[in-house]
Amino acid sequence: MIYLQLIWSYLKIGLFGFGGGYAMLALIENEIVGPGWITEKMFTDIVAISQMTPGPIGINSATYIGYVAPAQAGFTEWYWSLAGSLICTITVVVPSFLLVIYTSHFIMRHHESTVIKGIFKGLRPVTVGLIASAALLLMNSANFGEATDDVIKSIIICVAAFCTVFFTKIHPIWVIVASGAVGWIVF
Amino acid sequence: MDNRLTDKTSESRNTSLRTLMGTFFKIGAFTFGGGWAMISIIEREIVDKHRWIDREEFLDLLAVAQSMPGILAVNISASIGDRVRGRSGSICAALGTIIPSFLIILAIAIFLTPETINSNPTLTAVFKGIRPAVVALIVAPVISAARAAHIDWRTVAIPIVVALAIWSKLPVISNPILWIVTGGLAGWLIYRRAIANTCQSDNTTTKNTRGGGDEK
Repeated sequence: MIYLQLIWSYLKIGLFGFGGGYAMLALIENEIVGPGWITEKMFTDIVAISQMTPGPIGINSATYIGYVAPAQAGFTEWYWSLAGSLICTITVVVPSFLLVIYTSHFIMRHHESTVIKGIFKGLRPVTVGLIASAALLLMNSANFGEATDDVIKSIIICVAAFCTVFFTKIHPIWVIVASGAVGWIVF
Repeated sequence: MDNRLTDKTSESRNTSLRTLMGTFFKIGAFTFGGGWAMISIIEREIVDKHRWIDREEFLDLLAVAQSMPGILAVNISASIGDRVRGRSGSICAALGTIIPSFLIILAIAIFLTPETINSNPTLTAVFKGIRPAVVALIVAPVISAARAAHIDWRTVAIPIVVALAIWSKLPVISNPILWIVTGGLAGWLIYRRAIANTCQSDNTTTKNTRGGGDEK
């Protein structure tokens, strides 16, 4: 049963995930964290791991969530988890793969058309909102801690990380590595 | 297959599926930072090094891959694979991109379970430091995406309303799919009306041929 639900969720993520990995996070949060497949903390950890490993965030999160979710639902054997990883990873790529194969000629011919241009003009501000919502949803006690002391330290790390990523050309991986080191020292 | 039966395409048709898959496997295994980081590597490997397609064609395929939902890197790999070796090529290219990150994450998932993180005080502290930084990493693209989307004072309400509605976790309106569909539909209607107005000013009120319906 859990597999059918995962497939249904990942089909939706694969089919409506416009605007790249970060915009997709809002969908994953809504489909996967909302129903309780994984916790808020795990979700953030997956995003961190995705940033530190090669490959697209959509694939990384599907593989990890597919592995963890069956165990959360009581299927603790390793083969249930492996099956979950495979199913989620395949499901998230299938809708767009089929679209690319079967409709790319059509889109290629019409991508200057008013309809398609209009649709993407409408989607762009929504994408910005999706990424912002993913950021807002993650600003919670699971990620910033409960105690005032923890929250203050977390906010300082968050602001410092933001300034580094936004104002310098330092790669996000190094920001994660550095914040991990800071966390090891201060917590 | 298409109108490009030049020397270059006949050469690319000799490309073995194994080479195709291997190339995308290498790209998938060594590119950190997701979709956009991958695009420039793919361009270098496919256009400059292997010369399977030319730059103009690459940009066309990229435009299409971007307008599709799902994972950009997989979409672009599949469409390049399709162009070079047809259906089997598209499957090999997509698998090449997916498999490295699948295997790496699988290995991590096996060894780094949530229990491992929680039971190890060092890992707990490290992840406590990492989590707020991850939030920052998602705030930064909000601003760059807003710039790319040319958000101004008239359109700034759209992302704000969308973000707050999803964040509210209220039934129905917190569903991102609702907003994606609404955005697409609204864009289409507004654009169509704008075109219709131009047609009217051209005194062709009855012949609304450049509307939207006939494009399908």
